[in-house]
Amino acid sequence: MIKLTEKTIDIQKVIDTASSLGAGAVNVFVGTVRNNAHGKTVLWLEYEAYETMAVAEIRKIIDEASHRWPLLGWAVSHRIGTLRPGETSVVVAVSTPHRKDSFEACQFIIDTLKANAPIWKKEVFEDGEEWVSARPEMAMRG
Amino acid sequence: MLILFLKGDMKYTVKAFGITRDILGGREKTIEFEGQTVAELRKSLQEKYPALIGLKSLLIAVNNQYAEDTTELQEVDEIALIPPVSGG
Repeated sequence: MIKLTEKTIDIQKVIDTASSLGAGAVNVFVGTVRNNAHGKTVLWLEYEAYETMAVAEIRKIIDEASHRWPLLGWAVSHRIGTLRPGETSVVVAVSTPHRKDSFEACQFIIDTLKANAPIWKKEVFEDGEEWVSARPEMAMRG
Repeated sequence: MLILFLKGDMKYTVKAFGITRDILGGREKTIEFEGQTVAELRKSLQEKYPALIGLKSLLIAVNNQYAEDTTELQEVDEIALIPPVSGG
């Protein structure tokens, strides 16, 4: 399952989708919206995705993970739209026969998703907003 | 009757995401220019929208895949600007 959704992520559903009777472990990463960045209070985040390509890229990441670790099940769900501090932005779950592989595969998937998937977030502060990592100097814009 | 074939500018439709959507002023723009490669498209866009130069990176995707600078574009291609990603 690769899902992009504007609705609250059903974390249990992601876990259940990834689970397998042959697995000794299900590893789950839950990404959450922080209430602060650059020493300022974050009011909310806006997530945007190039959906067709994001699904394609995540699929490539899962394919690679499947070659490197013995995945029995997996699921990825990413929110788009407006998210407030404390909300879940992304969930990645994988199951493997033994737990070591589940930690490694889960980390690989979320790290590579963050590096490659065409998804963007904008932080909204009281005094302005900023697309995360867009500019080298990370200057604040009003 | 004389028929003249003029080598005209190519017309590409470019999707803009994230900060590039703000810079271009829209989700989709039609760009006309003479070149054909991804690198030439980027250069043409940077000339038209200089704010693009200040970005940490500007990758271009063609038909839902990251493209090389040397990739040649067709007018029917789905082209998208990919500024620095920040998903997750």
